[in-house]
Amino acid sequence: MKRNGRVFAIVACALFAFVFMGAEKAKKAAKPKGEPIRAKIGVISIITGAGAGYGEAITNGIKLARDEVNAKGDVLIDLKIEDSSGKQEQALAAAQKLINSEKVVAIIGPTLSNEMMVAGPEANASGVPIMGTSTTAKGITQIGKFVFRNSLPESQAIPASIGKAVKKYNIRKVALLYGNDDVFTKSGFDTMKEVAEKLKLKILAIEEFQKGQADYKAQLTKIASLKPDAVFCSALYNEGGVILAQARKMGLKVPFVGGNGFNSPKVIEIAKGAAEGLIVATPWFADKNDPKVKAFVAKYEKAYGKKPDQFAAQAYDAFYIMTNALKAAGTADRAKLRDALAATRNFHGVLGKFSFDAERDVVMTPNVLIVKGGKFTIFN
Amino acid sequence: MFLEQMINGITLGSIYAIVALGYTLVFGVLDIINMAHGEIFMFGAFVGMLIVSKTGAPLPVAFLGAIAVTAAMGLLLERFALRPLRGRPGASHLASLISTIGVSILLENVAHKIFGAGNHIFETTFADIGFRVGPVTIYLVQVVILLISLLLMAGLALWLGRTRSGKALRATAENLETAGLLGVDTNRMITATVVIASAMGGIAGVLVGMAFNYINNQIGLSMGLKGLAIIIFGGMGSVYGAMAGGLILGLSETFVVAYGSSGYRDAIAFIAIIVILLIKPQGLFGQAPAEARR
Repeated sequence: MKRNGRVFAIVACALFAFVFMGAEKAKKAAKPKGEPIRAKIGVISIITGAGAGYGEAITNGIKLARDEVNAKGDVLIDLKIEDSSGKQEQALAAAQKLINSEKVVAIIGPTLSNEMMVAGPEANASGVPIMGTSTTAKGITQIGKFVFRNSLPESQAIPASIGKAVKKYNIRKVALLYGNDDVFTKSGFDTMKEVAEKLKLKILAIEEFQKGQADYKAQLTKIASLKPDAVFCSALYNEGGVILAQARKMGLKVPFVGGNGFNSPKVIEIAKGAAEGLIVATPWFADKNDPKVKAFVAKYEKAYGKKPDQFAAQAYDAFYIMTNALKAAGTADRAKLRDALAATRNFHGVLGKFSFDAERDVVMTPNVLIVKGGKFTIFN
Repeated sequence: MFLEQMINGITLGSIYAIVALGYTLVFGVLDIINMAHGEIFMFGAFVGMLIVSKTGAPLPVAFLGAIAVTAAMGLLLERFALRPLRGRPGASHLASLISTIGVSILLENVAHKIFGAGNHIFETTFADIGFRVGPVTIYLVQVVILLISLLLMAGLALWLGRTRSGKALRATAENLETAGLLGVDTNRMITATVVIASAMGGIAGVLVGMAFNYINNQIGLSMGLKGLAIIIFGGMGSVYGAMAGGLILGLSETFVVAYGSSGYRDAIAFIAIIVILLIKPQGLFGQAPAEARR
C-alpha cells in the first residue's frame, strides 16, 4: 500500500511536470540528464537452506539500495534474484540463467567463496561483471577481469587490528592460539603468524584447540606462564568467548586480538566482563558516528525490524558501487560497465572509503574495534 | 607451571572418571552398551545450569535437580530402549547399542531445540572461591570434583563388592536366567543400575559446568567417547580402572599440551591407550577373560 502510494505520487508529479513545463524546457532538461538508464541486475544468494540467514541479509540490503536508487530516477534497476541454496551446482545454474535467459548486465553474488569459484568463471567467460559481497577466500578476483568483490578479506582486516594494538600497547612478544579444525580460523591464524613475523614480534607459543572444546585451561596455563604482551587468537565467537572467560579467570589479563570470527556481539554475551580489551577489525561497524551509516541503519531497521549486519551493509554498498558505475558507463553495456567498475575509486559508502585495486580486489581501511564497557567501540 | 598443569589435569581426569564410572556400571557390569550416557550427562549439566542461573538456588539444589532429571531419563531409557529388546529370541546383543545410539541422537537434538547450539554460561559464586598455595591458585571446585569422584568410586566399589544388592547385580550380569531362577528380580536390578548410572552422569554434568563455566549441547558426545575409551583402557567393569583410566587420560592430555604440542593432544593420549592395551589387552584392572561371562 505504502509503495503504491509512493509510485502514485511520483507518477502524479511527472504528469504535473509535463503539463506545466513548456516543451522547450523539457528538451533542455533532457539534454544533460538524458533518459534514465534501465538495466537488469542479477542477484545470486542463499534464499533457502542452512545459510539462508546470510541470503536474507544480503537481499534485504540490495533491495533497500534498489528502492533508493530507483526513487532518484536516473538509473532504473530491475532486480532478478536467484537462489543458490549454498550449493555450487545451483549457483552455476543460476548464473547461466541470469546471463543467457535474463540477459542481465551484471551479477551481484553469489554468497559463498566456493560458489563464486564456479559462477565466477562462467560470468567471466560470458563477459558479465560479477561482484561478490561476502566472498573472502583467496584468489576470488584472480578468476578473471570481470570478477570483483567488495568484501574485505581477513588477510587485510587482521593486519589492521594487530598493527594498531602493537603500536598502542608496545607489544613485543606474543602467543598465538587458534582452532585447528576449521578452514576459516586456520587461515586467520596463518595471517596472524605472517603479520607477527613481519612486525618482528617474538612468538612465544603457538597453541591449538578444536571446535566445541570445553576446557582450554591447559593451553592458557602454558601461555600465561610465558608472560606474553598479547594473545592473537583465531577463533569463532562460540569458542572465543569461552577462551576469554577462562583466560581472564586464571589471571591472563593481556590484550587479545581476534579475527573476524570474534567479531560478534555474541562474544560479549558469552564472556560478559571477560570480553573487555578484545580487539577486532571489521569492515562494518553499525554504531559508527557517520551520518551515512546512521541513515542506513535507521532505514534498514524501519524496513526489516532489525539492525543490518555486515552482510547487509556489504550488499548495500555493492549495489551502489554497481549503479554508480552504470552511471559512469552511461549505458547498460556489460563491457563498458566492467571498465567503469574497475575504475571505481574512493567510493564513500556505509563501510567507509572504498576503491578497487588493479586486481579488482578491495582497498579500504577497516574499523578497528575494542570491547569497552560491554560493547564494541572504536579503538584508537 | 608444573603444579598448575597438574591441577588442571587432575580436575579434567576426575570428570572423565565420573563419566567413565557411569559407563562402567552399565557397559562393563551389565554388558549393555549405553551410547546415550553422554547425552544424559549433557542434560544433567543443562538442568543444573538452569536451576543455578534462572532460579538462583544454591548448588545442592542444582545437584538434586540434575540427579532427579537424569535418573528419570535413565528410567525411561531402560523402559523404552533396553527392556523391549532384552531376552527377545533372535535379538542381537548389538540391538541395544543401536537403540541407545538412537536415544542419544534424539536427546542431542532435543537439547539443540530447547537450549540452542551455542555455549551457555554456568555461573556460580562457588566457582570463584579459591585459595593460593605458594604460586598456584587452587579452586574449591577442583577439590570438590576430585573428592566427589573418589567418593563415587569408593561407594560403587563397596556396593558392588560388599552388599547383597551388589551381589545380585553381579549375578545378573553373570547370567540373567540363572540369577532370575535364584530369586533375583533381574528387571529391577537392571533398571536400578541404569538409573544409578544416569544419576551419576547428572552429577558429572553439573561438575563440568562448575569447572569450565560453559556448557553446550555437544559436550555429551566428546565426553561420552572419552568415557568409553577409559573403561576399555581401565578394564571392563572395573571401578578402580575407570578412576585410574580417567586420571591418566586427563593428565596425559594436559601434559601433552603443556610440554608438547596442543595439536596432538587427543592423538597422543589415545596412542598411549592403544600401547597399554597392546601390552595388557584386558585393560589396566581387567581380570576375567571375556569367555567366562558369556
